Amino acid sequence: MSAVSDRGAESSTPKIRLRGLRKAFGDKVVLDGVDLDVRAGHSMVILGGSGSGKSVTIKCILGLITPDSGLIEIDGRDVGKMSHREREAILDRTGMLFQNGALFDSLPVWENVCFKLLAQKRITRAQARDKAAEALAQVGLAASVGDLSPAELSGGMQKRVALARAVAAQPDIIFFDEPTTGLDPIMGAVIDGLIVDCVQRLGATAFSITHDMASARRIGDDAAMIHKGRIIWAGSAQTLGDTGNEMVDQFARGEREGPIQMELRK
Amino acid sequence: MTQTLNFVALLGRALISACSTLGNVALFALVGVSHLVRPPFQFRQFWRHFIEIAYFSLPVVALTALFTGMVLALQSFTGFSRFNAESAIASVVVLSVTRELGPVLAGLMVAGRIGAAVAAELGTMRVTDQIDALTTLSTDPMKYLVAPRLLAATLAMPLLVLVADILGVLGGYLIGTVKLGFVSETYLSNSWNVLQTMDVVSGLVKAAVFGFIIALMGAWCGYNSKGGAQGVGQATTRAVVASSILILALDYVITEAFFSR
Ligand SMILES: Nc1ncnc2c1ncn2[C@@H]1O[C@H](COP(=O)(O)OP(=O)(O)OP(=O)(O)O)[C@@H](O)[C@H]1O
Ligand SMILES: [Mg+2]
Repeated sequence: MSAVSDRGAESSTPKIRLRGLRKAFGDKVVLDGVDLDVRAGHSMVILGGSGSGKSVTIKCILGLITPDSGLIEIDGRDVGKMSHREREAILDRTGMLFQNGALFDSLPVWENVCFKLLAQKRITRAQARDKAAEALAQVGLAASVGDLSPAELSGGMQKRVALARAVAAQPDIIFFDEPTTGLDPIMGAVIDGLIVDCVQRLGATAFSITHDMASARRIGDDAAMIHKGRIIWAGSAQTLGDTGNEMVDQFARGEREGPIQMELRK
Repeated sequence: MTQTLNFVALLGRALISACSTLGNVALFALVGVSHLVRPPFQFRQFWRHFIEIAYFSLPVVALTALFTGMVLALQSFTGFSRFNAESAIASVVVLSVTRELGPVLAGLMVAGRIGAAVAAELGTMRVTDQIDALTTLSTDPMKYLVAPRLLAATLAMPLLVLVADILGVLGGYLIGTVKLGFVSETYLSNSWNVLQTMDVVSGLVKAAVFGFIIALMGAWCGYNSKGGAQGVGQATTRAVVASSILILALDYVITEAFFSR
């Protein structure tokens, strides 16, 4: 049921290592010293309130946002010191599901799904349609969806197409920004299964953001919670709701009363 | 005293920000152009934009040029008849159209059509994370989005202006022969004799520069837009205004370079 499993001897260098990551937009501090380790070949789930900087963290790791300070290491190598080419090489092995899908609306669905494979010239355009149909089937979409444009899809369908696109090139590290938000419960479980499959079968490292605790327990080996720009707790995803950390437990149980203040006014 | 100082400070800040923007645009253009000479090349993207600019702008540019040529002939007739200089109409029309009106009017029409479209498309892609998504999909957004548009606009504009030149002269010819009573052969030989290669070439060079500017401003404004639909709207407005002003300013500069001796 759970993704937790023994994957042999743990390699000592984490896949992703964050130390003292800081980012402010203007005078609004979003990340205030984030420290986090993501184990290679494992699935990390990040929790945190809306606007707490989860998406910004992912964008920093991917180099889409330049952090103000702090260390980002991938496979033990400092991303900040890498050449453009080395960064590209890492991005080539990375998949990303954006929170809003970010599908290219000028391209049909099949081209979206196979975009990376086509860009890397790993398949021809003739092969891409079959490949897209295969990837779409994995996320529960019919092959005929491939010929539609993204604007013709429902929100949940767009999310699933974006997911198919993120994993189509069989990446080494995959980031999922709220993979199951906006999906019905059954489809949510299917997607969770797909993510677990990517980690277990392909040996990928997954880094997911989710607000859904059932999903967090299903897909996560490890979990961490971000609050006010810092990681306030990290541990096993299975203990969520019963971690002993009052803030995390309040969050995981979705309780109104607790140490996390409801900041309705800013 | 403090007021004067404040004013000077304000002026200085404005100047510095203008210079830094100019530098950033130049850098942006340089990176865009550099992708044109580094493989892999985005032929598919280039072709899509080339067709969009060259083919689908044709009706707008053609109508503009035709009516401009017609009006020009009519207006010069009214003016020139006061000096008994009606015979100069053919040469006035052909020179104004090829040197000035063809490239400038086509440039302004295309700035409205293509500059706005580029800014809106790239702006939307920016605010919906599509540009970031490109980066994560092994594709450099400058190479995929900006470089093909720069090239397409730079190559398409001279073609459009060539058509505009022909139709502008045709407009003048129609009014000249049908309405003003010129003999067809005289009008044509008058036009042809006065025309020099340089007149047409300078117009086409202008067209290429304007095309580049239109795509550049559209791409720059769109690429750097932020803040949702409103930001995209602002980017679009800014792209059209900036490229229109630049077209008129550069028109002067290029004319000066070609014909001041
Ligand atoms: N490009 C930006 N410019 C300015 N502020 C930004 C930008 N991106 C994010 N922020 C701010 O950073 C904060 C964190 O944003 P982020 O998108 O990471 O939140 P999140 O944790 O992913 O929230 P959610 O769960 O709602 O997606 C927000 O308050 C947001 O206003
Ligand atoms: Mg988010």
